[in-house]
Amino acid sequence: MLATVDVEMRISCITVQQNHKPMIDNNRWLLPEGIEELLPPQAEHLERLRRQLLGLFHSWGYELVITPLVEYVGSLLIGRGDDLDLQTYKLTDQLNGRLMGVRADITPQVARIDAHHLKREVPTRLCYVGAVLHTRPEGFSATREPIQVGAELYGYPGIEGDVEVLHLMVETLITTGVENIHIDLGHVGILRGLATEAGLNGEQEAALFEAVQRKAKPDMMVLLAESGLGDKWCSLFMALVDLYGDETVLTEAQSVLRDAGSQVQGALEELRKVAAEARRRLPLTPLHYDLAELRGYQYKTGIVFAAFVPGHGQELARGGRYDEVGRVYGRARPATGFSTDLKTLIRVSAEEPYETHAILAPYQTDSALQAKIEQLRKAGERVISYLPGQRGDEREQGCDRKIVLREGEWEVVRLEAPNDMR
Amino acid sequence: MNDSLTIAVSKGRIYKDALPLLAHAGIVPKDADPEASRKLILETNLPTIKIVIIRTADVPTFVEYGAADLGIAGKDVLMEYGGEGLYEPLDLEIARCRLMVAGFPSTSSDGCRLRVATKYVTSTRRYYAAQGKQVEIIKLYGSMELAPIVGLADVIVDLVDTGNTLKANGLLPLETIADISSRLIVNKASMKMKHRQVKTLVERMAEAVESARL
Repeated sequence: MLATVDVEMRISCITVQQNHKPMIDNNRWLLPEGIEELLPPQAEHLERLRRQLLGLFHSWGYELVITPLVEYVGSLLIGRGDDLDLQTYKLTDQLNGRLMGVRADITPQVARIDAHHLKREVPTRLCYVGAVLHTRPEGFSATREPIQVGAELYGYPGIEGDVEVLHLMVETLITTGVENIHIDLGHVGILRGLATEAGLNGEQEAALFEAVQRKAKPDMMVLLAESGLGDKWCSLFMALVDLYGDETVLTEAQSVLRDAGSQVQGALEELRKVAAEARRRLPLTPLHYDLAELRGYQYKTGIVFAAFVPGHGQELARGGRYDEVGRVYGRARPATGFSTDLKTLIRVSAEEPYETHAILAPYQTDSALQAKIEQLRKAGERVISYLPGQRGDEREQGCDRKIVLREGEWEVVRLEAPNDMR
Repeated sequence: MNDSLTIAVSKGRIYKDALPLLAHAGIVPKDADPEASRKLILETNLPTIKIVIIRTADVPTFVEYGAADLGIAGKDVLMEYGGEGLYEPLDLEIARCRLMVAGFPSTSSDGCRLRVATKYVTSTRRYYAAQGKQVEIIKLYGSMELAPIVGLADVIVDLVDTGNTLKANGLLPLETIADISSRLIVNKASMKMKHRQVKTLVERMAEAVESARL
């Protein structure tokens, strides 16, 4: 304790010497790293996007669900990898001492709603938007408090479901003003199938998949040599890493992977079907393929996809099929979905933050004026009261029009341009 | 569509050793010596390809966030950085050295926690943890060899090339943690969106590595 005080005193002495004036502790405004606040134009922009997206999801038949901010880790983390566990803030429930987690991903919560509460037989479309909290910043925006938005389709195992979700993901990005979207398509079943057919054990598979995710061919060679697999399998794994690029890789894959077993063939066939259907529905969106893509392979079971834009080094949105997730909640249902972060989207969006136009109303006790103001507000206008004796003029108050009395009638007039005011 | 590529390289040995490999891929910087010109962005003979000169430890950051499409970084830096956000498709087999534990020949911790001075904090912790040893790590930025001499640490973990610096200070290489060479690293988005250019470049450089080996 004493030592700490001593150090602090020394530090404050140094500060005094450097700045030639004592430094007062006025950093109380400082937010934790990766936690941010959105100020008027951005907050408005984000909220508008949020409403637009919910409208879009609504029009596609996706029903909104609102999931809890905290719940017991037992249900929050079930069936998912260690990554999510590390990303989740934990706290103790003061009522019963059980461990709770602040949601770091909404997807498992939505899966629980479908499997445990709704129990429908028909395909169920759900969507959500909400803040999540991460222990460590992830991705480009370095935020620890992304606003996750996404849509999930449960109860339909076919590729048509994957294509619908992929299409909706692209529509979502277009709605938010993101331009020049590129889609990357893959299928985790290809690598999984290869690992199964080759007979890798769990530990070998994890080590190899980690190297495959980095496309680290030198590391893969070492691991494959250690695994004792035959040359056929080794060269198949090495070849798989190079199967990325435009649609020619699908043709190439057909010959490269022809001896890879039925599971791999099945996955490849699915990927080809999704690709054909996606090309038809999204003719303007460039599609890329990466057959070794393993995004979220701990729980994904089929098609995986992600959206990229030029000039932004990381994926903007991602999704795919994860059929097994509902099982832990008592009902394994086919599931496919996507999610993205609204905060990242408003940074990438080409749309200018919305500019507001407001009308200034004088402060008077005239009921005709009051009626005029109410009528304007109902029509969607923003009307600001000029408070008696306040500082600043109409423009400083952010208005481009004002209400004036003309021949006994309250009327809206445009403010003169600043030049004319001289 | 933007077809240009930016390659991040650190100056010094990696830059010098990478030049012949880049030349094989048809890329020749206009200013041959970044040390002399002090420029941070080098134009090349190809209008679409630029080279940015940055510190070696910053190369993965530039590439992960897409500030550069590709980069050349030592495996030591990648092990320390943690490479999940990057592709590292090619071992360039240049700037070879070893990440080693070094100390006095008689070094022993006598049952106490071993004190290790290093700038490779993550790699060191992982190495000793894999052996079931808890060590005390002291982060230093340079002149590692001094630490055992002045009693700051029992051993050091550092890159060893010829071993001359160790010898000059009376230290010996004790254990090898990893063989190090430089890797070509690629931004994930660039590898997908600019796959044509990137694939060609990676293939050409792989050829160059192959022929350098002969």
